[in-house]
Amino acid sequence: MLELSLRKRLGEFAFAADVRLPSQGVLALFGRSGAGKTTLVNMLAGLLRPDSGRISIAGRTLFDSAAGIDLPPERRRIGYVFQEGRLFPHLDVRANLLYGHRRIPAEDRRIRLPEILQLLGIGHLLGRRPANLSGGEKQRVAIGRALLTNPRLLLLDEPLAALDAERKAEILPFIERLRDELSLPIVYVSHDPAEVLRLAERVLLLDHGRVAASGAVGDVFGRPELQRLVGAAEAGAVMNARIERQDEVYQLTHLSFGEGGRLVVARVESPVGSGLRLSIRARDVSLARVRPSGVSILNILPARVLAVHPAEGPYRDVEMLSAGVPLWARVTARSVSDLGIGVGDEIHALVKAVSIDRQTFAARTGAASPDVASGGD
Amino acid sequence: MLPPNDVEWEAVRLSLKVALVSVAASLPLGIAVAWLMARSRFPGKTLFEALVHLPLVVPPVVVGYVLLLLFGRRGPLGAWLHDHLGITLIFTWKGAALAAAVMGFPLLVQAIRLSLEAVDRKLEAAARTLGAGPFGVFLTITLPLTLPGILVGSVLAFARSLGEFGATIIFVGNIPGQTRTIPIAIYTLTQEPGGELAALRLSLIAIALALMALVASEILARRIHARGRG
Repeated sequence: MLELSLRKRLGEFAFAADVRLPSQGVLALFGRSGAGKTTLVNMLAGLLRPDSGRISIAGRTLFDSAAGIDLPPERRRIGYVFQEGRLFPHLDVRANLLYGHRRIPAEDRRIRLPEILQLLGIGHLLGRRPANLSGGEKQRVAIGRALLTNPRLLLLDEPLAALDAERKAEILPFIERLRDELSLPIVYVSHDPAEVLRLAERVLLLDHGRVAASGAVGDVFGRPELQRLVGAAEAGAVMNARIERQDEVYQLTHLSFGEGGRLVVARVESPVGSGLRLSIRARDVSLARVRPSGVSILNILPARVLAVHPAEGPYRDVEMLSAGVPLWARVTARSVSDLGIGVGDEIHALVKAVSIDRQTFAARTGAASPDVASGGD
Repeated sequence: MLPPNDVEWEAVRLSLKVALVSVAASLPLGIAVAWLMARSRFPGKTLFEALVHLPLVVPPVVVGYVLLLLFGRRGPLGAWLHDHLGITLIFTWKGAALAAAVMGFPLLVQAIRLSLEAVDRKLEAAARTLGAGPFGVFLTITLPLTLPGILVGSVLAFARSLGEFGATIIFVGNIPGQTRTIPIAIYTLTQEPGGELAALRLSLIAIALALMALVASEILARRIHARGRG
């Protein structure tokens, strides 16, 4: 359990947070720049001293102003990967990687250099200086350096922010491997909804130094009142689904979700039975009173209206439940009125696009991953 | 031009010894003072900085005279050193090294301070999260990254020591083999009839030594730079 109760004032900026979250899997710290994400991770790492409050991780108190506890960063056992990598320029890659590893007790060195070189694919870089590395290589070395300290928690502060799209695509799979292969709690700072959806189980949404929401990614990203913070284009539903069947002829994949829900998407290269996280953006969903015929849209989902929320401009967000899973549609107020949409109505949701955020578990093990078993979303 | 004679070589050897000892002995204090200036805040810091820089602007003869007052046989520090440690500075090469160290100190400190200020504090924070304590960070991150400044400062102070004249002659006099360094030897030679050629030879040697120090530091600085960049 990650327990935070913190107050910090930095000039005009005031930070306050009181949360308790399970400290396993990936927790995303999400918010716009200036929301207080880096302030929070710096306080976790011990680089910034809170004015008052308490930090405890898995029952271990790192900071408690009332009890006079303030562990220095070197005793917190928290790995920190910075936005800019911060590799030591006077040391080669090997010495950078081993800098922290040498400083922990021998019996704590469970993660070792060969493993890290293999996991991150950096074996060929060992003799190089940081100045001769690409941005993506630097970040991988920085991640390896933090992991080799065998931390109890890994902080990743927008590790992809300084990279172009191509480099991001190069690093993301490595971060997914950390999540899947090492049972290490990760706090991942990001302002990119796509990254959060792909990587995280839980999210802490920050806004102007306050916690706007926290919980399972699907719950938080689906809430309409948070759309302003999440980014309007990204508002919508997030759900877990399972691959039921591959359609070889049309190159499609059939999915099931919730209680008997069915979706058809463009071919996903994972075995039948694999778990996926999907997001369906509200603006990609249209509504129909009666099930339309003669339309090209493949996914027409029966749904029941739970609520109609005001949205910006002429729009309304219609909150629905389809096969027991929340679904959102962004339509004009005029459409709501023309169709006479009211709470409790049975309706048809026309889904124009589904994005596959990540694979939550692979089918080969045959067992559901803890992520799906806990399945809040 | 005849090669230098034994007396002239003695002056060269003495100058090198005095300059090396003065730099080596003042380096730890120089790093500490540079660190205080670059990293800490304390009341009276401006006055402290002015005091460190004072030898740059005060006539060297005055510095020599102050050293004489402090470290002379009856001076407060001189008497203590003599009674407790058996060290006599006045009229010895050790005193010449002290005079040279005081005169070169501002140059040493300033170069190290600039280099220290250029060290990215974020790297130090990163090292802390990797398990290094404050002193460990200083030894493994701060100091290596300050190396170019330490080198430049040392060379400047070394060259300044080779040229030190005013404070030295007042404080420790002109004793062959003890305190007659190259500049004092040159001065002595120009005061004697027929000493011009020997003075010229020593002057050329002084220029060559200074040049060698600068070239050596340039080469070392380039190596360090190359190491830092890759």
